[in-house]
Amino acid sequence: MSLWEYANPKKFMQTSQVLLPYFAVLAAVCLVVGLVWGFFFTTDDYRQGATVKIIYLHVPAAMMAINAWVMMLITSLVWLVRRHHVSALAAKAAAPIGLVMTLIALITGAVWGQPMWGTWWVWDPRLTSFLILFLFYLGYIALWEAVENPDTAADLTSILCLVGSVFALLSRYAVNFWNQGLHQGASLSLDEETNVHNEYYLPLLFCIAGFVLLFVALVLQRTRTEIRSRRIQAIVARERLG
Amino acid sequence: MPDLGKYALEISAAYGAGILLLVLLVLLSWTKGRRVRRQLRELEKRRAKRG
Repeated sequence: MSLWEYANPKKFMQTSQVLLPYFAVLAAVCLVVGLVWGFFFTTDDYRQGATVKIIYLHVPAAMMAINAWVMMLITSLVWLVRRHHVSALAAKAAAPIGLVMTLIALITGAVWGQPMWGTWWVWDPRLTSFLILFLFYLGYIALWEAVENPDTAADLTSILCLVGSVFALLSRYAVNFWNQGLHQGASLSLDEETNVHNEYYLPLLFCIAGFVLLFVALVLQRTRTEIRSRRIQAIVARERLG
Repeated sequence: MPDLGKYALEISAAYGAGILLLVLLVLLSWTKGRRVRRQLRELEKRRAKRG
């Protein structure tokens, strides 16, 4: 069986109908466990105090903000190369999710930064590249809405997605490229010395899993909606022709 | 409720905003999905009646 079978809208609808409830329930379970564990049952950090609890929303949201764009990049490339409509619609479906994840990362980061850095915002490489990523999400969504022909919209948004990928990567590696600014390096690391302590790490893993599963569930659900919208447009256009 | 000390406002604001945005995203995706599914069903029923 080939992966490309799922590019068939009918096959995608059948498969996603089966998978969607599992992803939704698992996402809810992981998020509730991770957030409740992190919020109620972890102690304060010796330097950051209780603000360390913001990590359970900030880090998973920031990770998904970047990963959503990477997913859009892959599906956009599939559209440009193989012209599979489902992949273009999946990219379109993922954009508002990525936008919300970026917004959560920016808001929770600002609220966390104020007591720790003494400022809500600073033009630091990571913060600035995240703001630009947020603007790219807005532009991407606006472009889909502005172009009437869906295939042309998919072409143009795919190109925009390729360009925006530079900023998605910068958002991830900005701290490493420019070793300056207020934002710290990655919280998660394979090196035990630099990785966050297990007390924070385990609930954080649940939250990250919850955000990933929620993203997958929402992409499946929203892609199903986009496929149905496309079908409605096709029927209406056919009726108009007589 | 854990003792959040002097950072209670910041932590509550971060959790409030983050969870509100997540809930809004889920609700809006779900309600749009339901609306579009109903529209398509009605459209296909109408087409089936016409033959």
